[in-house]
Amino acid sequence: MATVQKDRSMLLQKEMIANHFARLEQAPETGEKVVYTFVPGNLTELIRSFGALPMLPEINALQSGMRKQSGDYIAEAERAGHSEDVCTYVKCDIGMMRSGNIGPGGTKLPKPDLLLLSYTGCYTFMKWFELLREEYQCPTVMFHVPYQGDGVLEPEHRRYMLRQLREQVIPALEKVTGRRYDEDRLREHLVRSARAEDDLVAVLQAGKLRPSPIDGYFGTVYYVGPIFSAFRGTEEGVEYYRALREEVDERAALGLGPVTPDGPLNDQKYRLVVEGPPNWTSFRDFWKMFSDERAVVVASTYTKVGGTYDFGFRHDPADPLGTLADYCSGCYTNLNLPSRIDMLVRYIHEYQADGFLINSVKSCNSFSAGQLMILREVEKRTGIPGAFIESDLVDPRYFSAANIKNRLESYFQMIDARRLGKTA
Amino acid sequence: MSCVVGIDLGSTTTKALILDERGEVLGRGITNSRSNYDLAAAVAKTEAFINARFSLVEQQAAGTDAAGVVGRLRRAFVMEQLLHQLRHLEQLMLAEVDASAPRELTAAFHVALTEICRQITAEEEQRFKQPPMLRSDFFRDAVGSAFMRIAEQIGDPNGVSFDRLVGMYDKCIIRVENEPLALDFRDHIGTALRRVGNPPGLVDAVEYAVVKDLDPRATVGTGYGRARLPFPKEQIRSEILCHGLGAHAMFPGTRTVLDIGGQDTKAIQVDSEGIVTNFQMNDRCAAGCGRYLGYIADEMNLGLHELGPLAEQSKRCVKINSTCTVFAGAELRERLSLGEKREDILAGLHRAIVIRSMSLLARSGGVSDEFTFTGGVAKNAAAVHAIRDLVQENYGQRTLNISPESIYTGALGAALFAHRMAA
Repeated sequence: MATVQKDRSMLLQKEMIANHFARLEQAPETGEKVVYTFVPGNLTELIRSFGALPMLPEINALQSGMRKQSGDYIAEAERAGHSEDVCTYVKCDIGMMRSGNIGPGGTKLPKPDLLLLSYTGCYTFMKWFELLREEYQCPTVMFHVPYQGDGVLEPEHRRYMLRQLREQVIPALEKVTGRRYDEDRLREHLVRSARAEDDLVAVLQAGKLRPSPIDGYFGTVYYVGPIFSAFRGTEEGVEYYRALREEVDERAALGLGPVTPDGPLNDQKYRLVVEGPPNWTSFRDFWKMFSDERAVVVASTYTKVGGTYDFGFRHDPADPLGTLADYCSGCYTNLNLPSRIDMLVRYIHEYQADGFLINSVKSCNSFSAGQLMILREVEKRTGIPGAFIESDLVDPRYFSAANIKNRLESYFQMIDARRLGKTA
Repeated sequence: MSCVVGIDLGSTTTKALILDERGEVLGRGITNSRSNYDLAAAVAKTEAFINARFSLVEQQAAGTDAAGVVGRLRRAFVMEQLLHQLRHLEQLMLAEVDASAPRELTAAFHVALTEICRQITAEEEQRFKQPPMLRSDFFRDAVGSAFMRIAEQIGDPNGVSFDRLVGMYDKCIIRVENEPLALDFRDHIGTALRRVGNPPGLVDAVEYAVVKDLDPRATVGTGYGRARLPFPKEQIRSEILCHGLGAHAMFPGTRTVLDIGGQDTKAIQVDSEGIVTNFQMNDRCAAGCGRYLGYIADEMNLGLHELGPLAEQSKRCVKINSTCTVFAGAELRERLSLGEKREDILAGLHRAIVIRSMSLLARSGGVSDEFTFTGGVAKNAAAVHAIRDLVQENYGQRTLNISPESIYTGALGAALFAHRMAA
């Protein structure tokens, strides 16, 4: 078997995550406070400014999926009475908790001192924390982010969010950590966030090059890991994105493609845009179905669930709470369907894609509802036919490899036929 | 003469199709896919070449007195193939009895099995003398039902019972299907000719066809089992492209294709050249495909080919809600117990599967004119009826094309790709 080739940045990230989970495991002894929160609309800088440690349950779930542990956890949650139709991230987390709460990295996960829910379009998140609150009997605070139904953030929406941050979220964090809100400290975190965001955007936009030095979906879910989770606004985060950018710049200068499970993909035949989360339980097999066909994903929407930085947003230290409100409202899950369509159309044009693919996941109605309308509309506006496949996040039962492979191969052959203008 | 071959390895059946140098269909062959794609591909290909040689016989006999006998010769040939397989099955069963049956039953077993096979042979001989009747092409289906019927009559509940006989049959039929047998044109055409009385004109035509060199210059494979084919990647095409191109070749005005196969449903849009411009397929669930009908046929103790005609007798379609195959089976039994008529329930089941395919059609871009329906399910009159109604309700008047050879659409597309490759 060939040795799996890993990027330098991946090794760096691995170390950061290991250190973070070691701190989380030791938190009950060290007294560090642990705040559970979700990726879209996470207030990491604010949490960090109180000296607390963020933990993101859906990241644990997807990691369990990648490590083939999610099937057992889901079965455990179903034994406890959760239906087959419930989001599999939730069931994976509940199942993990019931199985001793050992995280995907093998460390014991601490109980939350606070559940901080940023509500950015996913109703299930709310129910998820309700279940955890029942289990842990810990304080909960909800930050309600208004849905961008008309595609814009109105001033009153912003005021509503600022009031919640001042009157509910900050007092809850003060109470749990025993520290006063320190705006200067928050600003320092935000300066670091913006720096890392600049580097991340440079990496994402490298997808415009030919060949693309990144895979904007399979590779980029790793790239966005630190900034979507515990490391936004941290020194490690800044360092990671600097290293990543150098690495991608270097590949671009050499005309090299991304490193896939089968090694570097330099000779790229298809450029795709992808909408929807990946399947985690068969992540490498799924990726291989693309790399085998020499297909590279140049941009994706899923890698914007934790922030749409490539359209200009940066955390602004000059307006610490305002910028957090802006950040939360702009997360991909909080955007209306026309905004999502615009984004896909822009990606297809700006990244010169040959095709686009929707992976519709059973678990996530926030993502899946409206995807067929998106498909039709993007096809209409770009003249490019879309592919539509169905799978799930972390339930291995909903990934039918033979069917998905068949679908993808057909799609690539269709692109070939269209290119040639004839069927041979 | 040179030719090209397209092979479609479907989940239920494997099809092969041969085109001549001009791109005209020379022969078609079909077999059940078993769980052995290698053998299924070989059998389907052999069948297609047999069929191609019969086409040559027909061409050669055209305009002569022998032309009228070619049809009978084909039937005689098919019967000879069947009897050959039956003899092999009989030998295997007798050997199996010697190897595994209780000693005290061996003699009775021999008598019973020999008698069953004798009766099947007699029935086949009789059948050949009568006008042709529709039935499944596959050995397993044709012989299986006769075996069960006769075994039920002669089985002895206190000795070699029906169950014992069927058990022996089940053990051996799989081996018959999975062993390569001598079933080619040359193997049985002589006996078939004798059976129709060796008419002189026909003998000449057959001699011409036997020695004619059919040289496949290119082969392209498609379908679920295509990865099993020992071809380089460029000789493998997705069934989506093959169905699109095949449907275009059959009906050049085609813009939308619906293919309902054994385990998947494909909705395909093609342009004026037969190039696929969009497609959708089911992936998380295969309810509503051909296998659904197979399951329902089993539940109702009917042959698959009997479902459509029975459903067509319906006066009042029963609404079936379950899209899950297994639940639909439960719903079917419940409806039967409530006194609903079988034909009305069946009409509802056919409509239910078509409704599922309507959603895929919508996803792929709707139904344009002309609309071509392919795949094994297109042979089912009740499914066609439901498609016609639902297309009319949702999209208005559309020309609906169905070829009697629609099951070969994918193989035809593959053969056309091979033809372009060889050009």
